[in-house]
Amino acid sequence: MITGKRVLLQGNEACVEGALMAGMRFFAGYPITPSTEIAEQAALRLPMVGGKFIQMEDEIAAMAAVIGASAAGLKSMTATSGPGFSLKQENIGYAALTEIPCVIVNVQRCGPSTGFPTQPSQGDVMQAKWGTHGDHPIIAIAPATVAETYTQIIRAFNLSEKYRVPVIYLMDEIVGHLREGITLLRKEDIDIIDRKTEVRGGKAFFVPEGELVPSMPPFGQGFRYNITGLMHNESGFPTNSAEIARRLITRLMRKIDDNLDDIIRFEERNLFDAETALVCYGGTTRSVVSAMESARDRGIKAGMFRPITIWPFPDKQIAEIAKKAKRIIVVEHNYGQILREVERAAAGQCEIKFLGKIDGTVILPDEVLETMLNF
Amino acid sequence: MSTEKPSALISKYLRTQHLPHIWCPGCGHGILMRDVAKAIDNLKIDNDNVCLVSGIGCSSRIAGYMDFNTIHTTHGRAIAFATGIKLAKPEMTVIVVAGDGDISAIGGNHLIHAARRNIDLTVVVFNNDIYGMTGGQYSPTTPKGELGTTAPYGNIDRPFDISALAKGAGATYVARGTAYHAVQTIKMIQDGISHKGFALIDCISACPTYYGRKNKKGGAVEMMKWQQANGVSVEKAAGMTAEELAGKLVIGKLHQEMGVPEFTEEYQRIIDRFTVGG
Amino acid sequence: MGKRLVVNHRWCKGCGICVAFCPKEVLAMKNDKIQIADESKCIRCGQCELRCPDYAIFLEDVINKTTEEAQ
Repeated sequence: MITGKRVLLQGNEACVEGALMAGMRFFAGYPITPSTEIAEQAALRLPMVGGKFIQMEDEIAAMAAVIGASAAGLKSMTATSGPGFSLKQENIGYAALTEIPCVIVNVQRCGPSTGFPTQPSQGDVMQAKWGTHGDHPIIAIAPATVAETYTQIIRAFNLSEKYRVPVIYLMDEIVGHLREGITLLRKEDIDIIDRKTEVRGGKAFFVPEGELVPSMPPFGQGFRYNITGLMHNESGFPTNSAEIARRLITRLMRKIDDNLDDIIRFEERNLFDAETALVCYGGTTRSVVSAMESARDRGIKAGMFRPITIWPFPDKQIAEIAKKAKRIIVVEHNYGQILREVERAAAGQCEIKFLGKIDGTVILPDEVLETMLNF
Repeated sequence: MSTEKPSALISKYLRTQHLPHIWCPGCGHGILMRDVAKAIDNLKIDNDNVCLVSGIGCSSRIAGYMDFNTIHTTHGRAIAFATGIKLAKPEMTVIVVAGDGDISAIGGNHLIHAARRNIDLTVVVFNNDIYGMTGGQYSPTTPKGELGTTAPYGNIDRPFDISALAKGAGATYVARGTAYHAVQTIKMIQDGISHKGFALIDCISACPTYYGRKNKKGGAVEMMKWQQANGVSVEKAAGMTAEELAGKLVIGKLHQEMGVPEFTEEYQRIIDRFTVGG
Repeated sequence: MGKRLVVNHRWCKGCGICVAFCPKEVLAMKNDKIQIADESKCIRCGQCELRCPDYAIFLEDVINKTTEEAQ
């Protein structure tokens, strides 16, 4: 199936190449380490396919321009890192409430604040879910390799278009700056999902019985409607009705909650007989896989579970692992963020241990192995 | 003669099912919204081809009322949203309506950079010198010494001249109108839309409810009479001294620069390198 | 084609701007709403329509006088 050509790409570059395959035709950004190569690649590549790139005056503006371009019908993306991700949060919430598809890449770096701009971290996992105010739907995907960065960004666009939600592409410095050989896909190798654009029920945000996602006619197509960040009715106009607000937010949350199997992706290795299950994601995975193999060589029954979709969190899968394994070790580059989710989903069914790093250095295979041996 | 039907102009450009609007009695914003409608009508631009972008505050509610492609965005960010829309669909007439706080405080950065880029947006500022929606706090255009709920001892900030700010940042069309000078203001908005490049029309509105009451400027009528009495045309102002102009509102086209490359056209030239004979 | 002055009382918020700027004293306030006090003085200048913040007063085109009278 995969028959395209082989290329050597950096994770950040692969992100752009995948996004172009997915149909990205607009990128607005602002330079920030370690995501800058994404903006650079987008600036270079977009005009070649008739797309548009703009470097905005700040991170907030970049997020706003992305939402504007998407409202006008273009598949749009921005990329940033820690401080910029914080700045974008208000407008990410706007996209969630107004259901404007967009992809926000966050190449995580070590924080808080300016932190270690060039050092890896996974400290924005909770921010990806709760960074903007109010209850809102969000999807976050964390690729682990350059090849996966290329393929999962296509999924990120597809999910954003299908469910009309902002999708956070939660990369990290390890994956973003890694160079690997990957095989480029051809158009015929991939499925592309585009938002529905027909007008239904004469109302911009009308959702027929049994469905959860309204259509989205682009601006300028002849169907004039209103978009607002206020609570709004099916026509898109502001409302003070508690009933309409409750229905709206419930529907937004259900877009995700009712489609977990479609949205959640994960990787399992050696879990069939695993007594020790390592849980990791993104750039941490490489060290964990290496440690797992070393552990197996020593007769330790170790396996790995890796969420590719971080939000919504794979509760069901973690619960099953917790039932079978003796222990779970959560490995992540932070002070314990996914750890809390694992503890919640495992619900006391097995022991849980944590290996984290917050000093900007990379978790090494030996450190993972040692944690297993000392359990 | 009494009627329940709106005028032909209002019927064509406003979503009359949402009227009367939420603005207070005598608020200048209603007059300025009509000015925008009249400018579009004079230019004969199809409603479908107009996108109106607003931010947050009293002025922002215009998005719900005007029958265009409308988007009521976040505080201060209307120009940034509009930039994405214009770049995605350069053929659309994109108009930003924003208040003084919206455009020159929280959104000041977007204002100067859009002006610098000379992107073909028309920004119509509904400038009432106050934060009305939150109840009368001083804004970047509140004159020195005036009162606001957050300036109980008088405002000590120096005010922005939004027109001068836009011009300084590179806007290629800048004008100042008022709610009172409706005929002239309609023409300015019209010219701003026709101008290829970044246009800003600083429209002096009136907030009788907060600004007027707090600063003892009288009601809506007195505030309008003040605009009438203190508005000086650009032509007349040219022959006046600085002392004579103190406290006056210079009304009219303040600046226009032709032939400056427009951003979306410049970008299209880059795309054309790959598609036209490339 | 003539014009006539019409008032939409439902939208009038009683700010008084139209009364103040009518050059011929055609208009008056009654119970906080605009009233056409003396239409015979109206010169159809449209100053009221131009500055009504609520679109509650305007000049309407009268296309066919006979039809108008028949109504």
